[in-house]
Amino acid sequence: MSPFRTCPTTGLQVHRTADRLIKANAVVATVALLVGGIAALLVLLTRWEAVLLLEAEMFYRMLTIHGMNMLIFFIIFFEMAVLYFASAVLLNCRVPAPKTGWVAFVLMVVGTLMVEWTMWTGRADVLFTSYVPLRAHPLFYLGVILFAVGALTVVGHFFAIITVARREKAYEGSLPLVTYGALTAAAIAAVTLLHGAIIYIPTFLWSLDMMNVDPQMYRLIWWGLGHSSQQINVAAMVAIWYLLGALTVGAVVLNEKVSRTAFVLYVLFISMASAHHLLVDPGMGPSWKVWNTSYFMYMAVLASMIHGFTVPAGTELGMRLRGATQGLFGWLKRAPWGDPGFSSLAFSIVVFGFVGGITGVTFGTEQINIIAHNTLRIPGHFHATVVSGTAMAFMGITYYVIPLIFRREIAFYRLAKIQPYLFAIGMLIFSMAMTFAGTFGVPRRHWDIGFNQAFFQPEFSPAVNLIIGVMAVGGLIAIVGGAIYIVVTVVSVFFGKKMAPDDSGLGATGRGLPPGITNPPRALKPEDKEALKPSGRLGPVPGTMVLVLIFLAAFILYYFVNWMLLSFLWEVG
Amino acid sequence: MYRTGIEPPERIWWKKVGRHEKVWVWISFAWCMVLFAMMPLWHLRGGQNPSGIRHRVDPADYQARVLEFVQEYQVGTDNGLPVVEPPPGSDVYLQASQFAWIPVVRLRQGAEYTLHLSSLDVNHGFGLYPLNINFQVVPGYDYGLRIVPHEPGEFHVMCNEFCGIGHHLMVGKIIVVGADEVAADAGEAADEGGDR
Repeated sequence: MSPFRTCPTTGLQVHRTADRLIKANAVVATVALLVGGIAALLVLLTRWEAVLLLEAEMFYRMLTIHGMNMLIFFIIFFEMAVLYFASAVLLNCRVPAPKTGWVAFVLMVVGTLMVEWTMWTGRADVLFTSYVPLRAHPLFYLGVILFAVGALTVVGHFFAIITVARREKAYEGSLPLVTYGALTAAAIAAVTLLHGAIIYIPTFLWSLDMMNVDPQMYRLIWWGLGHSSQQINVAAMVAIWYLLGALTVGAVVLNEKVSRTAFVLYVLFISMASAHHLLVDPGMGPSWKVWNTSYFMYMAVLASMIHGFTVPAGTELGMRLRGATQGLFGWLKRAPWGDPGFSSLAFSIVVFGFVGGITGVTFGTEQINIIAHNTLRIPGHFHATVVSGTAMAFMGITYYVIPLIFRREIAFYRLAKIQPYLFAIGMLIFSMAMTFAGTFGVPRRHWDIGFNQAFFQPEFSPAVNLIIGVMAVGGLIAIVGGAIYIVVTVVSVFFGKKMAPDDSGLGATGRGLPPGITNPPRALKPEDKEALKPSGRLGPVPGTMVLVLIFLAAFILYYFVNWMLLSFLWEVG
Repeated sequence: MYRTGIEPPERIWWKKVGRHEKVWVWISFAWCMVLFAMMPLWHLRGGQNPSGIRHRVDPADYQARVLEFVQEYQVGTDNGLPVVEPPPGSDVYLQASQFAWIPVVRLRQGAEYTLHLSSLDVNHGFGLYPLNINFQVVPGYDYGLRIVPHEPGEFHVMCNEFCGIGHHLMVGKIIVVGADEVAADAGEAADEGGDR
């Protein structure tokens, strides 16, 4: 059998090893998602005071399991699959070191199993952050180290694939933007995972009583892993935005220079993200905080604001070039909302930007952090970014990976079509309610805000109960959406209808294939440009221009309202 | 000719940027500068900053300092915890440990204090409810924050950093006595202290 197969949809030569590595990593990612999702349900039903399902000890254990499985195992295994896809598949190239690929995969799986064992047996009730001097079993730290070494190896492998592709002239011209974005994600991953090694190796030795670790230093370097890894997610997510846009509606790149510069800004400034978590810490002074928390004068925020324009603008322009020229938003009306890839893309951009982005930048302001730190506002923020943004985008691309890589039709396709709606709406309600509850000072990572048996019983405003109830309903809807995703992907991958090697699915109806495959956006012709109406004051992408201005207005409003709330407090400083 | 993000562009992709895209980049840049400028500006003009007086402290020394503070100013007990009433302008020492905030503090409205926070064991979180003022409490570090309580009332200190199995039990109290009731209240508090 030839080591390559030809993709009937794209004509790309796909190395079978790349296929297998993508499948293996994606399957493990889904298993982690399932484990983390079950923990999510239990955590949610406990924080919902009306139910208070688990006992305290089990709650904190499940919260640890939820955090590790979602933020580390699910996301990073999926990103490993994305790295292989964006390099070997998109560049038409072989995987130069298959054995290394498998060794890395096994290392990551072994590390994961070690961590899972310590968590499930109650040997690591230290939550996701495992702040020293809270102590976990040494194998917890060792497991994370093995996992990080494996992931770092995949990152190195990714760089090798790109180098080989270039040397062997597997593609012409420059790297496609999606691969370029994945490249920046890999560069950030290298920095992040090094932070992980720098902090977890001493912590592992500390757990064996072989050295001391300063708690503040731990927080500083740990967040170099903890927050920077969210920036891998951001870069990977934005790369997938461009990818989904291309696959579903033929989104174009307005200007390569702008989009690529924005990606480079991520690489340059994202490692300062650690400081976000130390704004109200005693170890650092104000000038350090001001300088570092804003990611060097907000230059990484600038990058996200640029992508927040270029992705929808590319979508709009791509659709206008293909004839959707009516009015400001005719393109949105004609967009394929029934394509789970497209609806995921749209929700991912909107919720990430409007909820996750705005809250994140606001809470990440040195002084405003005083009214946000360790309250429910923080998980409210990051469920909007990493779940509604990154996980949503990953779910969207899955509906293309299943037919293109696994060569299977999507099972229960009609359920798959509504899945992004359930998940996005649920997460939107959940994260907004959570953020809102946090403005009342409701703490995060807390078993019982009824404070039974505590020294004193502070009583929250009655509004808090209602908001927590809304949060729970939103969370349950999202969990249903997540469960549908798992059922659809698992059934498709293992029992879905197989596609013949030459079956492109083109023009098919009634099969479990998204429209981007059965009816892909047509190739652009030079004369398409004439179809664009002479651009008015709002330019070639007027709809996007209006959308980003609404976004900016919301941003400015939320930001200054928070300064106002802060100014009402006691003087402190 | 436009391309999608999955097609390799020509080698030289450094091209002129469209006018509207450029405008958005500059608007974003200007907004980022506003975001940045607000922080130093608030240090100059705003009343709420997390600067504080910060230094390292040995947990045992801090505990001794708290004990001394309690002995000096104790006026009573509440739920088994000592209640202290330090004079305006003084240093107030709050100790976080699994799973209590010690002591309960009585402050006067409008007076300035330096509130010291530190932990004897693991990380804790200082969350003042219902005001929603939050700080991280790290073992080995003394975080001295100058505070001016504006309004009278009973405020609770919740631990908002996971610190172990009894994390949710860890609630402390800060009482702010109104400026007008200070005189009467001080006498009453002294009586209370005498009773116990």
